[in-house]
Amino acid sequence: MEAQTLYEKLWSSHVVHEEADGTALIYIDRHLVHEVTSPQAFEGLKLAGRKPWRVSSIVATADHNTPTDHWERGIVDPVSRQQVETLDANIREVGALAYFPFKDARQGIVHVIGPENGVTLPGMTVVCGDSHTSTHGAFACLAHGIGTSEVEHVMATQCLLQKKSKTMLVKVEGQLGRGVYAKDIALAVIGRIGTAGGTGYAIEFGGSAIRALTMEGRMTLCNMAIEAGARAGLVGVDDNTITYLRDKPFAPKGELWDKAVAYWRTLKSDEGARFDRVVELDAAEILPQVTWGTSPEMVETVAGRVPDPAKIADPVKREGVERALKYMGLAPNTPISEIPVDQVFIGSCTNSRIEDLREAAAVAKGRKKAASVKRVLVVPGSGLVKREAEAEGLDKVFIDAGFEWREPGCSMCLAMNADRLEPGEHCASTSNRNFEGRQGAGGRTHLVSPAMAAAAAVTGRFVDVRELA
Amino acid sequence: MKPFTTLDALAVPLDRANVDTDAIIPKQFLKSIKRSGFGPNLFDEWRYLDHGEPGQDCSGRPQNPDFVLNKARYQGAQILLTRDNFGCGSSREHAPWALEDYGFRVLIGTSFADIFFNNCFKNGVLPIVLPSAQVDELFRQCEAAEGYRLVVDLAAQTITRPDGARISFDVDPFRKECLLNGWDDIGLTLRHADKIRAFEEKRRADHPYYFA
Repeated sequence: MEAQTLYEKLWSSHVVHEEADGTALIYIDRHLVHEVTSPQAFEGLKLAGRKPWRVSSIVATADHNTPTDHWERGIVDPVSRQQVETLDANIREVGALAYFPFKDARQGIVHVIGPENGVTLPGMTVVCGDSHTSTHGAFACLAHGIGTSEVEHVMATQCLLQKKSKTMLVKVEGQLGRGVYAKDIALAVIGRIGTAGGTGYAIEFGGSAIRALTMEGRMTLCNMAIEAGARAGLVGVDDNTITYLRDKPFAPKGELWDKAVAYWRTLKSDEGARFDRVVELDAAEILPQVTWGTSPEMVETVAGRVPDPAKIADPVKREGVERALKYMGLAPNTPISEIPVDQVFIGSCTNSRIEDLREAAAVAKGRKKAASVKRVLVVPGSGLVKREAEAEGLDKVFIDAGFEWREPGCSMCLAMNADRLEPGEHCASTSNRNFEGRQGAGGRTHLVSPAMAAAAAVTGRFVDVRELA
Repeated sequence: MKPFTTLDALAVPLDRANVDTDAIIPKQFLKSIKRSGFGPNLFDEWRYLDHGEPGQDCSGRPQNPDFVLNKARYQGAQILLTRDNFGCGSSREHAPWALEDYGFRVLIGTSFADIFFNNCFKNGVLPIVLPSAQVDELFRQCEAAEGYRLVVDLAAQTITRPDGARISFDVDPFRKECLLNGWDDIGLTLRHADKIRAFEEKRRADHPYYFA
């Protein structure tokens, strides 16, 4: 048989029906649901008199609108509260394999709770009305973000209408330097191929540097595949994958586990499989990354400078850079290390897992928040992450450093709850998007790794985290 | 879904690359549990000088006179000219809902983000991808001539410019059929219910651990 990529294996094992033009119905194994993109889908289902095809495929949580402090007050914003209560009511009516509502011990960001509960498994198709569903591809499953009409479609039919993607291999060989993390790989890749570089592709990450990453690191990387334009990111199964999933609450047990693992071991690209595009990076050359603009591709190393639009020939690009610099309040050629930081956000589906918190805590330990930094938010990705961090004493490290230790949720990644930037504030953020207004109207986001965010918190600017060791 | 056949309408040039869905419809409006009424908040942070909140009456809000959608000559536009990677970022379908509610039925650009592109077709909005030279020319003509209109014919897959030039575009046959007829995807898919059931049973037998 011809050598196949992981994507091709996942695709072909899920095709239910194919139209003449290649549009296919693919079967969906897992449907993750949150409160923002589901109410209209549940309503549509009801109006059409339809029932969900397979309720046991649904796992739901409330994460975008939930507050990260004063849980005893509930959700104060009535519009946010209504959205969360609508999800409560919909799940009550329809059912689910598992629901982790607001204040539940296992509540958290949908892309954190899926893997940590073992509801995301290798070989699955996973969808969610959320672009960062690509995160789950770290477990060698085909995971897509979908729109609300598609949420309704999956509920009603257990299938998604899809065309096969092209395949891209991002191969990172060698060893990452000290102070360089999965987040830096992700930003370096986006800097290389651009935010539309992955459009139409499923990106598989491979090479020795990827094999060396923990599952948390792989999730960070696949999470940001969408920021490179790819709906899906992928990493093949290896021992790390299997070890991570063993004994997770919803992972198979006993004989079923053995049977599953035997299959999962086949979920990697075959030797000699052909990709439509291959991008190679040398891990040793990747330095800590900081975005300076309003698109994740506007990225530099911490040693670099903000670009000078006068040196850009393409008029659309030049205007884009000019507009971004104006929005960010930065002069051309400013050294990245001279950008002042007003707030720091450590959290989001990109970087809120235990390993991320450990990396940030290692920098924060024994240090204090810089006086010029107004606030440092540390928002664990889930209740489970929070408790694990507390068991390790990471909460104490953060609190001693003058950081705020919060309850889990999406928080200031997109500022749908009360956590947000004030206009003009610069934020060192471990999240995934530096779009205009993303973290609050007029807010200025700089995307970095958790270690770099902690370094910014204790120095008040972007410093090479390796200088703090 | 509203069918789409032909459209003869005013075009407006939005000359920016990488327009993300946060810009198309900011997050505070995502708290709605409805799928209509997003039009007044389309491009909210660019369109208005104040900060918008859900439920607010937008008619009295101060408009940003420099933003292209606010210019008198583009009022009533139903065709949006865009640049690379329009609709990138969040999967929020509120973005095409807002565009459609505002009145846009056709988007023309050099590339669209995948999820956004899909979402448009579910809402009777036709995104058209053209080579950059053709998009550049449309921008040039549109900015030069007030009242610049294009005729889009989905069945023929053509855009006709005021100077008579006819541009052909590609569209997936399946999506085209759905859009021309205003078909509901779910209804179409459920015609294959037996196939889905059979697939599911086989999968359950081969991979029981996915059905715990």
